[in-house]
Amino acid sequence: MSLLLTFLQNAISQGVSILFGASGEIVTEKSGNLNLGIPGIMYMGGISGLMAAFFYEKSTGHPNAFIGLLISLLVTMLASAFGGLIYSVLTITLRANQNVVGLALTTFGVGFGNFFGGSISKLAGGVGQISVKTTASAYRAKIPGLSGIPVIGDLLFSYGFLTYFSVILAVLLAFFLKKTRKGLNLRAIGEDPGAADAAGINVSRYKYTATISGAAIAGLGGLYFVMEYLGGTWNNNGFGDRGWLAIALVILALWKPVNAIWGSFLFGGLYILYIYLPGLTRATQELCKMLPYVVTIIVLILSSKRNKHENQPPASLGEAYFREER
Amino acid sequence: MEQINAIELKNVTKRFGEVIANDSVNFSVRKGEILSVLGENGSGKTTLMNMLSGIYFPDEGQIFINGNEVMIRSPKDSFALGIGMIHQHFKLIDILTAAENIILGLQGSKTLKMNQVHEEINKLTAEYGFDLNPSQKIYNMSVSQKQTVEIVKVLYRGADILILDEPTAVLTPQETKKLFDVLRNMKKAGKSIIIITHKLNEVLELSDRVTVLRKGKYIGTVNTAEATADSLTEMMVGEKVKLDIDRTEPSNTEKRIEMRGITCRNREGLKVLKEASFQAYSGEILGIAGIAGSGQKELLEAIAGLQTIESGEILYYAPDGSTNKISDMKATDIRELKIHLSFVPEDRLGMGLVGSMDLTDNMMLRSYKEGKHFFVDRKKPKNLANSIVEKLDVITPGVDTPVRHLSGGNVQKVLVGREIASNPTVLMVAYPVRGLDINSSYTIYNLLNEQKEKGVAVICVGEDLDVLLDLCDRILVLNSGRVAGVLDARKTTKEEIGLMMTSDRKGAHKHEQRSGK
Repeated sequence: MSLLLTFLQNAISQGVSILFGASGEIVTEKSGNLNLGIPGIMYMGGISGLMAAFFYEKSTGHPNAFIGLLISLLVTMLASAFGGLIYSVLTITLRANQNVVGLALTTFGVGFGNFFGGSISKLAGGVGQISVKTTASAYRAKIPGLSGIPVIGDLLFSYGFLTYFSVILAVLLAFFLKKTRKGLNLRAIGEDPGAADAAGINVSRYKYTATISGAAIAGLGGLYFVMEYLGGTWNNNGFGDRGWLAIALVILALWKPVNAIWGSFLFGGLYILYIYLPGLTRATQELCKMLPYVVTIIVLILSSKRNKHENQPPASLGEAYFREER
Repeated sequence: MEQINAIELKNVTKRFGEVIANDSVNFSVRKGEILSVLGENGSGKTTLMNMLSGIYFPDEGQIFINGNEVMIRSPKDSFALGIGMIHQHFKLIDILTAAENIILGLQGSKTLKMNQVHEEINKLTAEYGFDLNPSQKIYNMSVSQKQTVEIVKVLYRGADILILDEPTAVLTPQETKKLFDVLRNMKKAGKSIIIITHKLNEVLELSDRVTVLRKGKYIGTVNTAEATADSLTEMMVGEKVKLDIDRTEPSNTEKRIEMRGITCRNREGLKVLKEASFQAYSGEILGIAGIAGSGQKELLEAIAGLQTIESGEILYYAPDGSTNKISDMKATDIRELKIHLSFVPEDRLGMGLVGSMDLTDNMMLRSYKEGKHFFVDRKKPKNLANSIVEKLDVITPGVDTPVRHLSGGNVQKVLVGREIASNPTVLMVAYPVRGLDINSSYTIYNLLNEQKEKGVAVICVGEDLDVLLDLCDRILVLNSGRVAGVLDARKTTKEEIGLMMTSDRKGAHKHEQRSGK
């Protein structure tokens, strides 16, 4: 029983990063931009927040956890939004190939994270590990009272605020896409920017806004990882391929943020399942780690078989838009 | 009497790189009139209208709306001036409902109140006599329903000036009539309507005045009452054109192709041909009519051996008396029997010709297997290319020019010319004149007629019913993959064919949707 509880808890905490990444990517893809730079942007977001918290804690004798939290949150969102801006300028204004730009951004972002992660470790004294305990404690604060309830408290109320925020954000995004005028316009752009343009929608502005805010949301996934999951430290390449899982999750969720919620917990569970399955060798462990991708492939096959129009990717995904093209 | 024009253009010029699409065009639309803009493909009609709707920005010239000079920088500006454009290729989002498409991009309450929108739309459709379900998804709609959505969309935005780009190109005769009724209602309500077209009979039937463009230049405007089909064609083409097709009585008719109960599925597993049966005879032109995607392509491809046949058989009766079952044969073997498919797909170069290769090489695509030498023989194909250029008046700098540098009409002449050169016994063509100017169209019609007189069985898929009626001997009507009937082209009418094309069958719209994609 307690093993199952730990498994579920860990599955959820694994899923949060992926959920932020997927939510950000869904917003981005709804505008027709396939931002494969999301994994890199999540690295950038994570390291930026950590660095901000580190310098804040270093600069004052008695760091305040709440101020550290605000600073790191803000810096993370700015840094990842900057990543989104780079992508937007290149693909929207200069109409560069989206895949190439995205992959380059991911390579850049991972390097950016590891470089500065190593640098601040040096600044911290060179022992290899840095720690922003005070700020991290704010991220890790559980809900007082409710988290004390046995089992239910552990399962539902034992997480930091970013976990709840990720779920609420996904629900809000679903509402935005489905029920608001701006959401309708955004979906239209992803389907057919030409038609949206003819309807009087400013295509470039929407694409920029969606891509940049999508990147900012995804960056929170990186921040969650360094602050709540790792407890305010950096581990080179520690974030692993969670960014790619986030992109796979977008497909699994059929571009619907609400599906991404349960999908992220499923992915989180599959991602760590190998730890809980007894009797796995190193080789079979690796096979086990493939499960999230296998599930994605199965979903891809099923959804293309069903051939339902609403479940298809945004029709203009991956294509640049130029009004006067003939 | 000075009348304020709803729209007035003065010396408007638009260039695309080196190409001048509109060369200092002047033109005006009065309030409450229907104006036709007439011109051949490439005469700059659509470019001109796109400048009014904010898709393109003019390089030079002035635009006046209701007497005031304006700048139209984007579709938004255009809406604000009360201009609504219904594009030839509908600008609709497939996965959204009609209502969602209609309110797309509009200002208003932040959250969507669809019930209210539906009510407003229903009120509007009742007023002008449209038939529209606001909550229907676009991908479930027929072409004419989609067009209705487009028109309601601009009316919902309060447009006073409507521009329709080739609105009848995809409609059946019945749907066209309904559209014209709606347009006349709008004119009565005081709206100005511009209709872009190249169909003369529609111009004469509907419009008050006609403006003619030729090769990007403004030629003139005439009152429809004073115009005739001949005078308008002359303005359009710049010279007198004989508009009659010389149809001879079929002679020496022998059965060539017999299709028996052919059923085919497309890639998505949907039946695109259902138990299709017919016969084609030598010395006649068999026309095939139907709404786009009713199985025309599959029918021809089944004969040519390019389509997997689920059930049924196709027989070929050769002139020497032998009979072959071609439904079991490979495409190359069928070609050996001199059954030729000259398919002209939407992008013309997609099938049949290779754009970056020159005329000679494109001739060789058909003949490279002939001869026994290691090296290819370029002489014969070159002679063939030269003779096609000469015989069909292909305008090209030489036979070494890559085909994609030729204009659409010339590409089509090369393609059809090559197929004819090998003396086929069965010649199948699909949309042979799509995108061609009047002169080239008639060259192609005459070519087909020549083949018929030579005793070839010609099968021609067409989209213009008027032309099919003039050109063919018999017309086979397809209705969502079924053969609805075969009519005598000399006796039937456009309305009869139109009814057979659309007469209700379950799943008709759905099918058309899929293959239209």
